[in-house]
Formats: sequence, structure tokens, C-alpha cells
Amino acid sequence: MERPSWAPAEVDLTRPSAARVYDFYLGGSHNLEVDRRMAREAIELWPDLPAIMQSNRAFMRRAVRYVAEQGITQFLDIGSGIPTVGNVHEAAQQADPRARVVYVDNDPVAVAHSRAILGGDERTAVIQADLRQPEALFEHPSLTATLDLDQPLAVLMVAVLHFVPDEDDPNGAVEKIRARLAGGSYLVLSHASAEGRPEKAGSHRQLYRRTATPMTMRSRTELENFFDGFELVEPGLVWLPLWRPDDPAAAEQQPERTTGYAGVGRKR
Amino acid sequence: MRSPEEEPPASTGGTGAAGDDGEVQRLAMVWAGAVAGTSYVPLPQGEVEQLLVGLLRRMKAVLLDASGCARTVGMEVGAALIDAHFTNPRSLSRTLDVLLGECPATIGASSPMDADGNHGAGGPRMAERRWKELVAAVAEGFSSALQERALREQEDILAAAAQAREQARQELHVSEERFRAVFEGATIGIGIGDLDGRILDVNPALVRLLGYPLEEFRRRSVNEFMHPADVERVWQLYDELIRGERDHFQLEKQFQRFNGESVWTNLTVSLLRDREGLPRYQLALIHDVTALRELRRQLEFEAHHDSLTGLANRKMFLTQLDDLFATAAAGTRAGLCFLDLDGFKAVNDTLGHEVGDHLLVMVARRLESLVGDRGLSVARLGGDEFVVLVPGSSGSTELIALAEEILAVVARPLRLGSRQVLVTASVGVVERSIAEITPAELLRAADMTLYWAKADGKSQWALFEPERDAQELTRYSLSSALPAALVRQDLLVHYQPLRRLVDGSLHGVEALVRWNHPRLGLLGPENFITLAEQSGSIVALGRHVLQVACRQAFAWFGARSSGPFVSVNLATRQLREESLVEDVRQALSNSGLRPQQLQLEITESAVIGTDPLTGRTLQALADMGVRLAIDDFGTGYSNLIYLRRLPLDELKLDGTFLRELPGEGGVDSLDVQLLASLISLAHLLNLTVIAEGVETQAQVDLLLSLGCDAGQGTFFGAARPPEGISAFDDLDDLDAADGSAEADAGTGPS
Repeated sequence: MERPSWAPAEVDLTRPSAARVYDFYLGGSHNLEVDRRMAREAIELWPDLPAIMQSNRAFMRRAVRYVAEQGITQFLDIGSGIPTVGNVHEAAQQADPRARVVYVDNDPVAVAHSRAILGGDERTAVIQADLRQPEALFEHPSLTATLDLDQPLAVLMVAVLHFVPDEDDPNGAVEKIRARLAGGSYLVLSHASAEGRPEKAGSHRQLYRRTATPMTMRSRTELENFFDGFELVEPGLVWLPLWRPDDPAAAEQQPERTTGYAGVGRKR
Repeated sequence: MRSPEEEPPASTGGTGAAGDDGEVQRLAMVWAGAVAGTSYVPLPQGEVEQLLVGLLRRMKAVLLDASGCARTVGMEVGAALIDAHFTNPRSLSRTLDVLLGECPATIGASSPMDADGNHGAGGPRMAERRWKELVAAVAEGFSSALQERALREQEDILAAAAQAREQARQELHVSEERFRAVFEGATIGIGIGDLDGRILDVNPALVRLLGYPLEEFRRRSVNEFMHPADVERVWQLYDELIRGERDHFQLEKQFQRFNGESVWTNLTVSLLRDREGLPRYQLALIHDVTALRELRRQLEFEAHHDSLTGLANRKMFLTQLDDLFATAAAGTRAGLCFLDLDGFKAVNDTLGHEVGDHLLVMVARRLESLVGDRGLSVARLGGDEFVVLVPGSSGSTELIALAEEILAVVARPLRLGSRQVLVTASVGVVERSIAEITPAELLRAADMTLYWAKADGKSQWALFEPERDAQELTRYSLSSALPAALVRQDLLVHYQPLRRLVDGSLHGVEALVRWNHPRLGLLGPENFITLAEQSGSIVALGRHVLQVACRQAFAWFGARSSGPFVSVNLATRQLREESLVEDVRQALSNSGLRPQQLQLEITESAVIGTDPLTGRTLQALADMGVRLAIDDFGTGYSNLIYLRRLPLDELKLDGTFLRELPGEGGVDSLDVQLLASLISLAHLLNLTVIAEGVETQAQVDLLLSLGCDAGQGTFFGAARPPEGISAFDDLDDLDAADGSAEADAGTGPS
């Protein structure tokens, strides 16, 4: 936040990146030794982590499919990371080939990678921006060229707000984003919470201090505040696997172990 | 990624019995369960099973088709797993575990082969071998595809990293160019040095500011920019900064330019740290503030100096005075000569303000050159007031000597343009030990003393006297209390009879104002009339007395066309008021008194050199029928000739005439003869003559013999409040003599 907008971002490949660590958890190879080392340490402390990340990714897939079924064809994925496996535009365009997606991340490598993957797709755009500065994001020419802000869209903030500490006012950012959305838009949100496994949260937060994006776990009540001005759709704010599972029977087993809440809200 | 729908249908002739496919479905479910969660696969579990069903059907098909290449199909199945993003090695081990745990017969692939003898040495063993070959190929295909995918993704991510770095590099380049443009184009001088004080780079603004070429800056170290005038603090701060104890400091510092001259700058030095927070460089921002300082100095000077003369102004003088009192040792004395020019207003009014200003400047120069040599300073307090402060004075003598010199330098003829002008000044001198007085008191004392010098005749000095000051203070407080006293009706009018010398009959009564002061008791007019004239409250006071006296006279005399009158004193100032005639008219009409029953007493000095206004006023009053008398005659010029021009009725001889007359023996003295001729001269001018201060019968006799008409004094009765005079005993006689009282009484107020 201290960096003025005209000063260049730093590309520091000696530090792990949350986006690439996530990719590793999902089974990808879009990661470097430094990322894998951190991820392996994390898994050693907390073997559930890959499952949690996969559960999060699966929630996103289900949520995109859900909002697409509600007629949404515009998606804004904030904190998109490295969109390799199971990315939003594939899921969205599967539901409606006309779907348009804007990916946003502040990690320059993730952004470069996204551009390489999506280079040819006119219905997608990639923006390097910071969700803590929503004004700049919403005025970005690539965003305004791709999305029609007068029409409803789905904003995805999947596993990203826990990288915004309280002092950076995540609620303020979400509120500013909400203000720019047309009525009938959706907020798709998932967020880490220590409530599921309080004994694991501390060491995990510790590990993420190595990255440029330290973690802030939040309570369910705090997360509900992000949905101010939105109406939560069924089943509300729930543990990741419980949000409209493909197989309700399989999802019931110890959902709190995912330590992540998920919810989808519709702007009134 | 291929979707399950695109998979070729698993079919060969005669296969696909429901029971066999049911086995495939069951196995796919087991398989899907085994690999679930090994890696993220963007499919619902049901679709994963569908995918695996397709793969199993292909494997079954190749087992049944001897011409098919089991290895190829196996490798395709392995690659398909990777495509579906079963990328974890555990996905493979679980897969192998499931597949190897099965025998080919389970999925219905062994019995058709047994039935088909064309396939040579068939049988379960053959099928088993072929199954193993197929499963091994799945492992190979999986590994091979995973390696491909991992390498591709590694290439992708490294390319992305390189791309991001290139992007950042370009942005950095742009940013550096932008910085360079700022650095080069800034009007503020910028210098960057390392922590050893070596100068690494300076911008053109700094080169221009100090005038050294860039190379010379680079050869020099920061220490070489020390200036002889630097305070020690500058380099203390610098050392603290270099040691990392402070991040920046800012101050004003001089630098020496290439040509030796000094330039004042505002200098900010900041410590630049690296990402680990270790000090690396120092950054100096240097801004030329020479002009700013000059402006500031100018503003400061203007705030403390008089713009006309350049002398210290009141503010600065008061500061100097306060400083002196605050810092002086015990027992120190100080003096002030406080002067103003006599008649300066007249200079301004007659010669114009420009000449007046010029005069002030010249006086200021003279004063400055007079006292400047002695280390003293002159201040102009405003208008034509100047003050010289003498710190550490030795006593009044020293100050008086200075005052005389001041009077002398001011009095020297001045040439103003083509005119030669003579000005004089008055000086108030005060000299005290600072222990016994405050700065404000000292200044007030000087001010007061100046007033004395003026009042005592100008063009002279006066020395402060505490006793006189105390009296003046009383006067001051009386003066300020007078208006309130008027409102509270503390001002009373007493009356003294004026009697004819021939028969002692009532000639008139003089109204005399008294102030019943709540603290000081009854005060005579000599205590406050002059004050009232100075403060201007005489106008209201005079109007009040006129009203009261007229009312009282009407109460006593009624309205008459002749007979006794009431005589009211007019102060000089009142005569200058245009409203006087109207005030008199009001007092008469309000009371009902006739003009002939009112006499106004004016002093000689008030009518000397009578200005046109006063002349017109007197004439208007006379035309109205009001009597006019000259009061206290003989105290001033005693010039009867000019009185000819005035419409006078009566002459009041001052009491001093009688006091200076010798006792009964010397009747023929010169003084008596003078008095006699004065009286006859007055009669020649048709004036009634009345003597003031008559105390004895002898005086009455003498005055009678000289032809004086009337007298006033203790012999005839002192002034008394009206309550003490129920009626004048001889009024009845008057009534009898005149007889017009009844007729005119009705014209009075009801």
C-alpha cells in the first residue's frame, strides 16, 4: 500500500507466493522450489491442507455454475491467482459461451501467467490491481471494456480476503465494490477461519508471513459483515463443502476440517 | 482436456452385456473413490466416475481385441488421468492398487478370449499377462504425461516470471526516467551521498545554486561544505543521521558559493535505507532562501519600524522597554524624553500632509543624529510623538540636559521646500529607578509630563513630579466621572445675589455650579470646569446649568421685561459651539423666562481675537435680548477698546481690583484713579459695572464714590442652594415698582 501507483511492483522470486502455493496444493506445477518448500512444511504441520484447497476450488466451481444458472454472464474474479485447473472462464463459458471474465490479481507473476494462458480469448481480461483500491480497479480500461457495469455481474472473492489485514479495511473495500455493482449482482466469497481448527491456525498464519500476503483468519460473524447489502442465498454462510454440494452425503463428513466458510450473496 | 463424452464408445462386437458393464461401473466407482482427493479435479464425483468408466471400457476393449496394442491404450489411459488433473503421484499408486487388484475376468474381458481360439495360446494366463501389460502402460502413460505437463507448466511459470520481471524492469526504467526527469528538472537542489560523505550525484539546480561544476561536487565530500557560520548543531545532527540515529533533519544553513559569497539555504538531509532497513545513502534537498530571508528581515523590520521615518515604532519601543526592565540589574535607573512638536497639526492643516511628513522625517533625522552617537535610540510612537530611551541613566540632570539638546535641535530652522519653517517641541522628562516603576508607568509618567510641558506654555521641557501627578490623576478621574455625575444629577446650581450699591436692591443672581461628588464632597467650578472643557462634557454641563438656572429664576421672578436677572457663566468652549444660541432659546422657552432676565457671563479671554463664529453667536444672543457680561475683567488684557465692537451690557470687575486697593488712607492712589477711569470708560461704552469680591462696607463706599453700579461678594451674601432662599426679601418692592409680573406670569410653562 505504501508504493505509489507510478512506482513499479517488485518481482521477488525468492519469496513464496500465495498464488503459486495454491497451485501446488491443487496438484499443479506452476510453482517454484520456494513455494513447494513452504507448502510441504505446511502440509507436514497440517495434512488436510491440500484437501482444504481442493474443497475451496470445488466451491468456486459450484458457485460459478450456480450464478451462471441464475443468468449471470459477467464475472469478476478478484484474487484469481494462477488460473490453471478449473478456472472461472471455463466453468462459466461451459454454462454460457458468451460469458465474460475479468481476472484480477496483485501478484505480477500470476498476472503474467494468466495473460499467457488467456492471451487469445477476447471474452477475458487480466488486470494487475489491488482489491484494497477498488476505485482504480473499477476504472481500469480493461475492466470497463470487458464488463458492462450497468448489468449484474458476479464478483468472486474466493480465498482472498484473508490476505487483507484489518488495518487495510477489507470491509471498506468490499463496500466500495458493492457500491459499483448493479442490483442483482452476486458476491461469491470464501474465507479462512480459525473456528474449524483453532489449534492449526497459528502455525499456518506463521508460514504465510513469508509471503507478500500474510493471513488474517476471521470469525463467521466477521465474515457475515462482508455480505452487508447482499442477501445470502441458500444455504447461507457455511463450511466450504456444505455449500450446495454435488453429493450431499459425501460432504457431511467433518466439514469444519476445511476451516473455511463459503457463501454467495445477491445484491438487493 | 478431453471430456468423457468425447471418449470413443467402449464397444466391440458381442460385448457390452449388461452384467459385464455393471462390473465396469462398479470398478469405476471403486477407482474414483481411491483417487478422490489425491489432486484437484474440476469435476463432480459423478463425472469423474463417468470418465473412469470410459477409460475402463477402452481397456476392456483392447483386452478383447488381440490386434489392439495394449501398451498404446494403457499409455492413453494414463495420459487421460493427467489430463483430468489427477496429477499427484498418489493418484497413480491408488490407480495401480485398484487395477492390479482386479483380474481381467472381473470386467468381463477374459471369457470372450477363452471362447475365441483364434488368439492362439489364450486362456486366463494370457489374459492376465495382457492385463498387466496394460496396467503397466497406464503407469508409463501417466508418468510420461505428468512429466510433460510438469515441464510445460514449469516452462510456463518461469516464462511468466520472466515476463513479470521484464515488465517490472520496463516499469522501473520508466520510473527511473521519471525520477531522472524530476532530479534534473527540479528547481530545488538535490544531492545524494554515501554514508562516508562522498557525494555521488547532484542535480543541475544544485550546480547552479553553488556554482561548482558537477565534477567538483563528485570530488568533494560532504564535510567540505562546512560553512564558517555553521552552528555546532548542524554537524551534530549530521553525525546522528549518519549513525542511523535519526532519519532526517532540517535547518537553515549557509553555503559558500564558488566565488566565495555565502548563500542562505533551507537544508533537509534524509537517510535512505535499503529494504532491510540498513542506512545506505544520504539525500540532501537544498533550497535557496536568501531572498526569503531578506523578505522576512524586511517584514520584521517593517513590523518594528515606522515606515515614514524608519525609526523604531511603538511596538519595538515597548519591546525594548520591557527587555530593559526584564534584564536590568537591581538599582539600574532609566529615563525617557517624550516629545511632540508644538502646533504640528497647524503645519499639517496649513501646509499639507506632505510637508508635515517631510517635517517629521527631518526631525527624526536630527533626533537620530543627536542621540545615535551616544548609543541611544529614538522611536516614533505615532503622529508627532517621539521618545528617547536612556537606559542606565544617572539622574534627572542627565535627562534634563538631553531634553534641552532635543529642544535645541528641533528648534533649528528647517527648510521645507522653498520655505523656512520654525518648529518647537515640548518634552516630558521622567527619570526613575526601574525598581520603583513599571514600563507602562514610566511611559504614562512621560506622557503626563509632556502634557504639563504643553500646558505650561510649550517649547519647553517639564520634569515629572509624583505629587503633581497625583493631583492630575484626581483631575483625570474627575474628568472621566463627570458625564455620569451629570446623569445622576450630582451637579447642583447655587445662587449668589448681585446688589445695587446705591440702595442695596437686587440687581440679579449669579448661578454657580457645584458638584456634589460622592467621595470628595462639594466641588466648586474651579475644580472641574476646565476638565469639562477639555473632555467636551462642558457642552452638556452648560446646557444643564442654563436649564436649571432659568427654571429657578422663573420660579423666583416670573416673566418680566425688566428687573433682576439670573446670570449664568459660559465657558470659552461653549461659545464655540454652534448649538449655544439654540440651547439658550430652549432654556428660555422651556422655563418661560424672558431673554432680558438672563445674563450670560463670558471671560475676556473667550472673546479676545474673537473668531467670526463667536462674534455671530454673541450678536445672535444680543439680538435675542439676552444680556451679555464680561466676567473677571482685569485678569487678562483688560482692553476696553476691543470691547466696543461687542454687544455687551455689563462689565464684571475681578475681585483682584478690590484686594489690591490700599486701605482707607490711600484713596487717591494711582490704583484708585485707574479704577475710576475704568469705570467711567465702561459707562462711556454704556456698560453697567459690577464689582466682584465685595466684602466690606468700606469697599461698598469706595465703589459708590467711583460710580460703580453694583457689587457681589460675601458682603451681600454668599452663594447658596436655592432651597435656602425662599424668596428675595425685596422682590415685593420690585413688583410694586414694575407691576408687570402678573401680566406676564401666564407665559411661563404650566
